[in-house]
Amino acid sequence: MERRDSAMSEKPIHFHPDGQEALVELLFQLADDDFLLAYRGSEWLGLAPHIEEDIAFSSISQDTMGHAAMYYQLLEDLGCGSADELAHARPAPARRNAVLLERVNGPGHYLREPRYDWAFTVVRHYFYTQAKRVRLESLTKSSYAPLAEAAAKIQVELHYHLLHWHTWFVQLTNAPGEARTRMTKAIQDVAADFAGVLTLGAKGADMVRHGLIDDEKVLTEKTIAALAPAFAEVGLEWPMPFDMKHGNGRNGEHTPDLDEALATLSEVYRVVPHAVW
Amino acid sequence: MTNEDVWKALETVKDPEIHSISIVDLGMVEQVDVRDDAVSVRLLPTFLGCPALDIIRARVEEAVKQAGASAVAIEFLRHPPWTSDRISEAGRERLKQFGIAPPPRQMPSGAWQVECPYCGAERTVMENLFGPTACRSIFYCKQCKNPFEAMKPVLTSG
Repeated sequence: MERRDSAMSEKPIHFHPDGQEALVELLFQLADDDFLLAYRGSEWLGLAPHIEEDIAFSSISQDTMGHAAMYYQLLEDLGCGSADELAHARPAPARRNAVLLERVNGPGHYLREPRYDWAFTVVRHYFYTQAKRVRLESLTKSSYAPLAEAAAKIQVELHYHLLHWHTWFVQLTNAPGEARTRMTKAIQDVAADFAGVLTLGAKGADMVRHGLIDDEKVLTEKTIAALAPAFAEVGLEWPMPFDMKHGNGRNGEHTPDLDEALATLSEVYRVVPHAVW
Repeated sequence: MTNEDVWKALETVKDPEIHSISIVDLGMVEQVDVRDDAVSVRLLPTFLGCPALDIIRARVEEAVKQAGASAVAIEFLRHPPWTSDRISEAGRERLKQFGIAPPPRQMPSGAWQVECPYCGAERTVMENLFGPTACRSIFYCKQCKNPFEAMKPVLTSG
């Protein structure tokens, strides 16, 4: 491999002053989305359908948590506070994640009789990963270079996640027995909140105007185009139009599921705020 | 101290989870700068969620200081993305010694063929795309009946 030893100039961190607010908003959406879904994924550890899935899913959740950490780091670089604090200490109304991603994995509790819903998890992760892939593709052309570079890095890791969830989606939906019924119901449940993943919220127009990301209409069309072949593959009708049944997380609307998640995941941080992570 | 001294020191820093291979062999070192005795090292993370990054950072600092640096600045870069074809030829051999198959050079369309690091057989099957760390997958050799791991191919044009 070629060795590079030349000096490199320090790159200052700045962005168009008008666009800064939109940039920060976008980064919070990206960070909080990955953070919450990675947390929900980690709750499956030890509970996934088989041991290989336990390994695969925890690896995917770890990657996703790494992506969130990267976005929080970009926010820290912009002077929004420390990455740890942004991840752990912000209350629910300050969170910008889509509500779909905070929803519990199913009834029960991790420690007490978890009755988690694997069909819902597969559909949620498959839909989200397709939307994330489309978003990353757009972000690699972002006007904010550090974001474009981070997106390119995340993109190469995402390839395997998509392959994984696509395989589960197709195999479960085509499986005999109760699987298809449960998958069909899960698709309806996910579709009822999936619009919340696709929206860029109140500052979306500003994000587009400053060249940070493509318009949410374009992103939505591309996501639908990416999901459609899988529906054809399993012979299912396209679900109802996407909705935001439980609120728009981009506007700070959330469910009690988020409060519960934040209380659990930030417990150690709150006890020892100066702990080194 | 010279750039060459720093690279030599970096060759002693092994992957915390694969002791046979250094971070230089893995292609994680993007850039080295020496000004007087102050050293700056820029590294590429293999995966963003890799929990070994902090250990690597500490070990790089220690190794470069032992080689004579008065100050060491270490930075993990977002760009360019690390890819598995950055692993050197020597690194590929050292992975095999550790029982890990090196990543395929190019992603062929469809399944990728991995040689067993123990017996060299090509009759291997993937057991799990995901392994004990983010950068590894689990395989099984039908020839010598050993399970083994392989480095995942990670390429920008996947």
